[in-house]
Amino acid sequence: MKEIIVLSGKGGTGKTTMVGSFAALAESKVLADCDVDAADLYLLLSPSEKQKSEFWSGQVACIDEDTCNECGLCQELCRFDAIKDFRVDPVSCEGCGFCSQICPVEAITMKENMSGYWFISDTRYGPLVHARLGIAQENSGKLVAAVRQQAKQIANERNLDYIISDGPPGIGCPVISSLSGVSLALLVTEPTLSGMHDLERVLGVCRHFGVPALVCINKYDLNEENTRQIESQCLSQGVDIVGKISFDNVVTRSIVQGVPVVEYSDGRVTQEIERMWHTLSTMLSNGSKG
Amino acid sequence: MIISVASGKGGTGKTLVATSLALSLRDIDMVQLLDCDVEEPNDHVFLKPEIAGNEAVSILVPSVDESKCTYCGKCAKVCAFNAIAVLGNHVLTFPQLCHGCGACSYLCPEEAISEESRNTGVIEWGHADGVGLVQGKLTVGEAMPVPVIRKVKEYINKDGTAIVDVPPGTSCPVVEAVKDSDFCLLVTEPTPFGLNDLALAVETVRELSIPCGVVLNRAGVGDRKVEEYCQKENIPILLTIPLDTEIARLYSRGIPLVEGLPQWKESFLELYTRVKALMDERNHSIKR
Repeated sequence: MKEIIVLSGKGGTGKTTMVGSFAALAESKVLADCDVDAADLYLLLSPSEKQKSEFWSGQVACIDEDTCNECGLCQELCRFDAIKDFRVDPVSCEGCGFCSQICPVEAITMKENMSGYWFISDTRYGPLVHARLGIAQENSGKLVAAVRQQAKQIANERNLDYIISDGPPGIGCPVISSLSGVSLALLVTEPTLSGMHDLERVLGVCRHFGVPALVCINKYDLNEENTRQIESQCLSQGVDIVGKISFDNVVTRSIVQGVPVVEYSDGRVTQEIERMWHTLSTMLSNGSKG
Repeated sequence: MIISVASGKGGTGKTLVATSLALSLRDIDMVQLLDCDVEEPNDHVFLKPEIAGNEAVSILVPSVDESKCTYCGKCAKVCAFNAIAVLGNHVLTFPQLCHGCGACSYLCPEEAISEESRNTGVIEWGHADGVGLVQGKLTVGEAMPVPVIRKVKEYINKDGTAIVDVPPGTSCPVVEAVKDSDFCLLVTEPTPFGLNDLALAVETVRELSIPCGVVLNRAGVGDRKVEEYCQKENIPILLTIPLDTEIARLYSRGIPLVEGLPQWKESFLELYTRVKALMDERNHSIKR
């Protein structure tokens, strides 16, 4: 079983478009949406929800007003400025529990925090594991880990070949959590100076954690000079480019229709993505033999 | 006045709006642009500032003096993040997991734990074309952007106008970047993805009681559902930018919209005027 994560650093480069298309192209797989902050993959896959589970993670301090003698020690020691006027701001509270340990009158307790949901759904492409982090919540990395764990379990139980995951933007906690131990990261970039800058940083994260990375240049014809530069930089760093996808409004139109672009059109974008999936899946199966 | 530029979904045009707004305002006010997208800061790509200085961002992590340690295990018991463990006659620390709360060193009965700083990022500042830029950069491989964002915001000069470029998403880094703003611009695009993530972003800013308005980017392709949503939710659409290959090409080359197509400056000034009018209206109604 192989686990592929699609990342990009910069948002909006086309991660979900690629994962939605792979969902339609790959044979034996489970899909996972690791962008738990702003999950969009379900919009392309029309899932029907089979299981919904609460995600409890972390704690929040809670001050009992009747017991509190307003000594102010908690406010003084909290490094996250989460206590003001003897009240806890749950958004700033990191759940470290320091205040509850030091309160001389034991007025502070730590309460478990329900920070979101994860779901298992059926789609016409196979099972999908997705999640919704509560608004303004922490611990997105742990929710990503929960999504991946469910996907892995499904893949093992049903003996599936692939876990294909849509990743979050950025390089921080949820990205690191979605990246550890995967077979391969596909980095979707675009030929803009921002996209190129962000690709550098997400490539650095893959290297840092020892994950093999491949690159896809989306909208490559938007700026062919930049595309050439990405190609030469990838070449010099020994990173393979597995696909170049044209800039075409057909992608947006397919999103509006709520279907993967490869099912919406048989134009050049579809052919380019099909070619990329063929290359990717061949590399992965060769890798497993070697 | 602090105006933050957020979106929920990535790649909708936050950086385009933040840089062009800052450049449009430089003639009428002292303007600062604060790049709080510390995982992938891009404002510098467009402003090309001369960096005048920098400051490391660090958090305090434990350092154990084993000559004083009795391996009582108190530190491991109080750490909520499993960043310190006692195994027999060894204390192990995991600095990458540490949030720097200070509980272990404060509560150690033997005073065996001191704190040392560990760098997780850097703040850089400089000037470009009359705009002061401050950017935070999370070190590659580090997981926690929030302390870096907090540090960037310490540089806000309250006397002028500060534009805050916010990371995508709806979780803790977004909250840290957006909070204390007077107004939040939400940049979106007219697609189901744009709408889904806009609705999440609206919930986030409402949770923080920050007034907001929408910038609709790449208008023309897609559907009308974002407009319908804004009308239903009573959220003003303050600026519409059409889908235009010329705009996309300028962006790809790192050229701010108002520099490549100077006729846009008027639209950004109007955006600012509308934000100010909304603020005045709100302050007025609060006073009443």
